[in-house]
Amino acid sequence: MRLDLLSRLNAERAARRAAILVTDVEAGEQRLVLEAEVGSDPLAQELQGALRQGKSGFIERDGRRYFLTVQAPPVKVIVIGAVHISQALAPMAKGLDLDVTIIDPRTAFATPERFPDVAVVAEWPDAVLPDIGIDRYTALVALTHDPKIDDPALTAALRSDSFYIGALGSRKTHERRVQRLTASGFTEADIARIHAPIGLDIGAVSPAEIALSILAEIVASLRKERRRLT
Amino acid sequence: MVSTDTDILKTAEAWRREGRGVAIATVVETWGSAPRPVGSHLVIDEDTNFLGSVSGGCVEGAVITEALDVIADGKPRMIEFGVADETAWQVGLSCGGRISVYVERVD
Repeated sequence: MRLDLLSRLNAERAARRAAILVTDVEAGEQRLVLEAEVGSDPLAQELQGALRQGKSGFIERDGRRYFLTVQAPPVKVIVIGAVHISQALAPMAKGLDLDVTIIDPRTAFATPERFPDVAVVAEWPDAVLPDIGIDRYTALVALTHDPKIDDPALTAALRSDSFYIGALGSRKTHERRVQRLTASGFTEADIARIHAPIGLDIGAVSPAEIALSILAEIVASLRKERRRLT
Repeated sequence: MVSTDTDILKTAEAWRREGRGVAIATVVETWGSAPRPVGSHLVIDEDTNFLGSVSGGCVEGAVITEALDVIADGKPRMIEFGVADETAWQVGLSCGGRISVYVERVD
């Protein structure tokens, strides 16, 4: 591998952009295809498939075999609300290799004691989200059901290409949320991106069960394309 | 903690920039039960320092030896490890699987 390819691959990873290294193992030829270039690549279809699945492996085209080293950024989960459900969700998410950040301006909630081994930020979501960043490998979960805290975060998520947005609250709470978001200019299609009530319908009762239903819904959203393909 | 494949590739870059001879080994195919999934990396330098894993440890020694040749002659190569279950313990792949590993030099 040429050092410049390796260096660019590492740079893409650091910038949280996907990239695929295509290696013709017989000829020893190699090239790097950036996420933005995948669509216009001669191997577009194969590369898109590999990218969706996030898996490295061989593909065949016109009698030639290419090994694809797929590099997708780690999935980030931003949780708004240092609440009970978040306490159950954080360790489960870690087991799934998800990178969790918890945001809650209420300093009594957002403490390292309540959240060992997780990034906890005791700030208002709109103050810190621009720095943390929401991209297409990010899921946002709003759990405070306090509009003051949840709404700015949902607004930021709706303006991003976040692959999952979920908000806790009853249907009634959500109805009022829809009214507020509509009043601030979001369309019906925008708002439809929000999973509410949050989580898969598994009849969850305890905070841990609700956390499980949320994480299952996040995984389902993440792997949706893959399920369609198989 | 240095454990993810990203850290391994970053290390490969850093070592090369220090002027060391460096090779990257990548699991490209697996059959049966394999300890490390396709895409796993092992990076090796000319002094046999290494980081990462292609086999959970069992055939690393052989990969490292091969990597030194790759660093010396610059020719990438494919090596395959596979054993039947009954002989697995002797050779190293205790899981009885087979893996193909692509070893290339960082130029």
